[in-house]
Amino acid sequence: MNELVGLVALDTQGMIAVFVSAILFAVGVLGVLLRRNAIVVFMCIELMLTAGNIALVAFSRLHGVEGQILVFFVMAVAAAEAAVGLAIIIAIFRHYEVVDLDRFGILKW
Amino acid sequence: MSENFLFQAFSASAILAAVIMVTRKNPVTAVIFLVVVFFSVSGMFLMLDAHYVAAINVILYGGAIMVLFLFVIMLLNLGHTKQKDLKGPMGGLVGGTIAVAFLGTLTQFFIGGSEFEGMSRQGDVQLPLGLEQQGVIAPIARPLFTDYIIVLEVTGILLLTAIVGAIFLTKKRSV
Repeated sequence: MNELVGLVALDTQGMIAVFVSAILFAVGVLGVLLRRNAIVVFMCIELMLTAGNIALVAFSRLHGVEGQILVFFVMAVAAAEAAVGLAIIIAIFRHYEVVDLDRFGILKW
Repeated sequence: MSENFLFQAFSASAILAAVIMVTRKNPVTAVIFLVVVFFSVSGMFLMLDAHYVAAINVILYGGAIMVLFLFVIMLLNLGHTKQKDLKGPMGGLVGGTIAVAFLGTLTQFFIGGSEFEGMSRQGDVQLPLGLEQQGVIAPIARPLFTDYIIVLEVTGILLLTAIVGAIFLTKKRSV
């Protein structure tokens, strides 16, 4: 049992979940790199966090509930990040009147 | 058999809604499809025996965070953007390459090209959720309030800091 490497130990649903996680993460990366709207970029970051959560839950079937506990903390961090990030977006919007990422490349004003 | 089919349907709808979300121009549409992604992912969590995670995924992500996003979009009046939001062909090429590289690396890693031991079951882990003995919540709650109590407290401080930071950043300067 110990020399098994890879997905041999996961069942069908676990395997599907892990690959869905990889695909969702790639889609999130694509969104972060391709979109200009800061809010949509932010949503893509949330998508990538969810992809990580799926992988954690899938592997928690092999390793015990620690994975699900970690998901709990990931969600707390995501909530904090969403609150602060959206506040920053509002502050930027007050100054520039846009949320287009190409329009504020410099960090000073 | 039918359970497997349901799981695949949830997976497919998650991926489809994610792609739609990334390609829509209107941010409100993107938020709606992100909610679809979160609900599909919650369905997957349910079928992976992570009931508690499924519930807080719907409540926290689908409820709280997405409402926050919608609220900001409405506050800034961004619901009707006319200009194209995607970057040009050069950016598309670079971004696509990086995303495909990510996907390839992750797939290779998951299939077993790596020597990472954690990918397979090791000896005597006690498997999650003795559902019959403990119910759904207790196996998660017990370690959370014993082994991980410090992490939990630090998470509380993190959330407090986030609240204070968000209020400070959005407050109108009175000077």
